[in-house]
Amino acid sequence: MADLSTNFIGIKSPNPFWLASAPPTDKAYNVERAFEAGWGGVVWKTLGEAGPPVVNVNGPRYGAIWGPDRRLLGLNNIELITDRDLEVNLREIAEVKRRWPDRAMVVSIMVPCEEQSWKAILPRVEDTGADGIELNFGCPHGMSERGMGAAVGQVPEYIQMVAEWCKHYSKMPVIVKLTPNITDIRYPARAAKAGGADAVSLINTISSIVSVDLDNFAPVPTIDGKGSHGGYCGPAVKPIALNMVAEIARDGETRGLPISGIGGVQTWRDAAEFIALGCGTVQVCTAAMTYGFKIVQEMTQGLSDWMDEKGYATIADFQGRAVPNVTDWQYLNLNYITKARIDQDLCIKCGRCHIACEDTSHQAITSMVDGVRHFEVMDDECVGCNLCVNVCPVDDCITMVEMTVGSDPRTGKPIDPRYANWTTHPNNPMAKEAAE
Amino acid sequence: MTATQSADVKAQRLSSADYADNFSDIHPPLTPHEALVEADRCYFCYDAPCMTACPTSIDIPMFIRKIQAGNPVGAAKTIFDQNILGGMCARVCPTETLCEEVCVREVAEGKPVKIGLLQRYATDTFMEREQPHPFTRAAATGKKIAVVGAGPAGLSCAHRLASLGHDVTIYEAREKAGGLNEYGIAAYKTTNDFAQDEVGFILEVGGIAIETGKALGRDITLDQLPQDFDAVFLGLGLPGVNALGLEGESAAGVIDAVDFIGVLRQAEDLSLLEVGRRIVVIGGGMTAIDAAVQSKLLGAEEVTIAYRRGQEHMNASLYEQELAQTHGVVIRHWLAPRSLHVTDGAVSAITLEKTALDAAGKLSGTGELVTLEADQVFKAIGQTPDSGPLAGSVELDKGRIRVSDDRRTSHPKIWAGGDCVAGGEDLTVVSVEDGKIAAQSIHKALMA
Repeated sequence: MADLSTNFIGIKSPNPFWLASAPPTDKAYNVERAFEAGWGGVVWKTLGEAGPPVVNVNGPRYGAIWGPDRRLLGLNNIELITDRDLEVNLREIAEVKRRWPDRAMVVSIMVPCEEQSWKAILPRVEDTGADGIELNFGCPHGMSERGMGAAVGQVPEYIQMVAEWCKHYSKMPVIVKLTPNITDIRYPARAAKAGGADAVSLINTISSIVSVDLDNFAPVPTIDGKGSHGGYCGPAVKPIALNMVAEIARDGETRGLPISGIGGVQTWRDAAEFIALGCGTVQVCTAAMTYGFKIVQEMTQGLSDWMDEKGYATIADFQGRAVPNVTDWQYLNLNYITKARIDQDLCIKCGRCHIACEDTSHQAITSMVDGVRHFEVMDDECVGCNLCVNVCPVDDCITMVEMTVGSDPRTGKPIDPRYANWTTHPNNPMAKEAAE
Repeated sequence: MTATQSADVKAQRLSSADYADNFSDIHPPLTPHEALVEADRCYFCYDAPCMTACPTSIDIPMFIRKIQAGNPVGAAKTIFDQNILGGMCARVCPTETLCEEVCVREVAEGKPVKIGLLQRYATDTFMEREQPHPFTRAAATGKKIAVVGAGPAGLSCAHRLASLGHDVTIYEAREKAGGLNEYGIAAYKTTNDFAQDEVGFILEVGGIAIETGKALGRDITLDQLPQDFDAVFLGLGLPGVNALGLEGESAAGVIDAVDFIGVLRQAEDLSLLEVGRRIVVIGGGMTAIDAAVQSKLLGAEEVTIAYRRGQEHMNASLYEQELAQTHGVVIRHWLAPRSLHVTDGAVSAITLEKTALDAAGKLSGTGELVTLEADQVFKAIGQTPDSGPLAGSVELDKGRIRVSDDRRTSHPKIWAGGDCVAGGEDLTVVSVEDGKIAAQSIHKALMA
C-alpha cells in the first residue's frame, strides 16, 4: 500500500487531496462531512474582515458548460467570500481542527490591502490552531472591484507586500493563491516568493462569461436581467492550470517553491498529473460540488492503486518527475519523425481522420482505395501532426509511429538519429547570426 | 362470422385496457434529453455510410448534428428536403437493414446510432410545433399532372411536383389517402392517426387536389388521362394478393393478411374485431409479421408463422422476426401449405409439408406432413399487381410496370413508381424516392 501522506510546508495531511476554499468549506457542518468522507485537508472558505459580512446575490450564483448527457465540464460562479460572521467562522475552525487533528486546516483570508487589516486578522486565525493560511489573491469577481482578490493578485508588488505582512505578523505557513487572470504567471509567483511566502496555490478561477441567454440577451447566470463575469473552474480549466503550474515549477527563480495544484482535478489521474508537475498537494472543488464528498475515495484509492502498480511508495517518489520534460518549443528535437498508422482491424471507417486531414491539414489520408472505402495514411504527405489521432473515435486505432531508419518519404531526407533543435537549425536567422 | 362457424373466432378476448396498451406506440418516442444523448453518439462520418444506405439520401449526419445543436426543427427540414414522408419512414423503415445496419457504431460495437428514432424525434417536433410548411412553391408553371394512387410514391411525387410549381390532381381508389401507410402497416407502428396527419402536412404545400374513390379502369383510364394532363404518374401499389391455390381457400377463416391489417387499421374499436384462438400465418415477409403480431395482440392464444424456406430467406428482417417472437409468435421454417381442413364451412386446420433445398438448390417437399389446428389462416405470400387497367398503355415486366432510371414508362407522358414498378424493393422509403425521381424527371420533361 502506497503512503499517500504529505507534509506540505509543515502542514501534514493523510493524503494530498484538500478541498479548495469554496462553498464546500464554508462551515463546520460541511467540513466535518468532508473529513468523514476522507479528505486530507481543507482550505476554509475565505474569511473577510470583522464586522458586517459581505452579502451574496439571492439569484443564481452558478453557470455551467455541459458535455453530452449533461456531464458538467465547466462551472462558473459569482459567489463572494464567506457571508457568515467572522467570529462564527473562527470558532468553528478551532472546533473542527480540535476534533480532526490529523487533517490539514488551512484558512483562506481576504482583507483590504492595508497593513492594519492583515495585522488585525492574522492573530485571530492563528488562535484557532489552524495549520496555515492561504491568501486569496485570486477571486476575479465582486471582491476584485473592491480592491481585493484578483485586484491584488494582478499586481506583483502588492503580492509581495502582503506576503511580507503575513510572514511578519504570523508564524503560520503562508500560501499565496494565484489568479490565472494575468499574462505571465511567473511574475506573481516570483513576487510571492520574494515576499517570503512558503508556497503558492493555483489556479484560482478564470474570468468568464459561461454563456449568453439568447432569449433575453443576458449573460448566464442572470440576475434580474443582468449578469456579470464569474470565475470559471472545473475539468475545462485543467490544461490551463497544468501549464501555469509547470511554468512556476521550471522557472529559474521559483524552482522548488512548493505548489498546491488547483484546477479541474476530478480523478486520481488528474491529481497525479499535477503532482508529476511538482505539486505537493492538490485542491478540489468542482468535483465535490458535482458528486459530493465521497468522490475523494475514488481519488485516494485510485492514486494508491496506481502508485502500487508503478512501485512508488510515497508521493515524493514521483512528485515533479515530469518537470524536466517540460521545455520550450525551440528545444524540441526536429529530427524526431513520426507517421500516423491506422490499425485497419480497429478502424470502423467513420472517415473523420480523412476529412480532418483533407479539409484542415495535409491531405495525407485516403478515403477510397481501389474503389473501396479505405482510410490509410500517405507517408509522403503526413507531417505527423497527430490531428487524426485526436479526432478518431476509437481508442488506439490510430497511433504515431516513430521512423528510426531510412528516409522520410515526405521530405526525402534520411532519418538523422541525432538530436537537433531550432536553435541550431539553418532556417533560424538567429542561428545563422550565431554561426557567423 | 357465419352461423355454421364452429371455429373459435370471437371479439373481446381482452379487457379494453389491454387493447389500448397492446396497440400503443411500439417504440416510444425519444424524450428531448434522450435525443440529445443519442445524437451525441453520431460521429458525423465523412461520406457517411448511413446516408448512402438511405434510399432517399437523407443527410443523416447533418440532421443528427442539428438535433445535437438544439435545432430539431432544422433537423426535420433536412429530412423533409429529401423525404417529405420522413415522419412515416421514421416509424416504418426497416432501419436495421438500411441506415442503422451500416452505421459505423454498428460496426464498432453492435449498437448503431438510433437513426430512426432520432428522425422521428425531429419530424415529430416539427409537426407538434406546427411549423410553417418547409417547402415554398415555385412560380406556377401552368402544367397539370395526374397522379394515380395516393400512397407514398404518389404523395411524394405530387409534393415535389407541387413544390416545383405544377398543379397536381391525385386520384385514389380508396376512401382515404395514404396507401399502405393508412391501410397496410401494423397499427402500433403508426398510432394516433399519423398517416392522415402526414397527408395533411404534405398537402400544406398547396397545388395538390385529391379525389378519393376514383379507381383506374373504373372512373379514370390511361387512354383519357394523358389527354387531360401534361403528364401522368402511376403509383398504383399492388392491389392483388397471391392465393395459396388450395382447395377450401374460400372457406370462412381463410383470410388475406393484407385485408385483416386494413380492417384492423380502420377499426374504431379494436375490441369488436374478431380473431381466432389459434392462427396460422403463411408467409415470411413484413405482412406476415404484422398480421401475426397484431392477431396476438388482439388476444389470439397460439399464433404460428409458417414459411416455406429458411430463416435466412425471410423478407422480414431479423429484427422484425424477433419482434414477433418476443410477442409469443412461433415462427416455423421449411413448411409449405398443402391442404386446408374445412369443418362446417370454416377452416379448422392446415396441413403443411416439410421442405428442403435439393442438391440443385431447388425447393421441394420431403413428404413429411405436419397438421396445425387453426381457427384462422392468414395468407401473406405476396401481393400482386393489377395489370388490367394498364393493358396496351405501358410496357410491363411480369405484370409490373417497366420503368427507366428516371421512372419513365414506355409511354412518353406516363411515369411510374412504388411497388407497381418492376425491380423495386417494396419499401415505403423506396416508393418515396421513386416519386421524387419521377417528379424531377417530369419537371425536366415539361420545362424543356
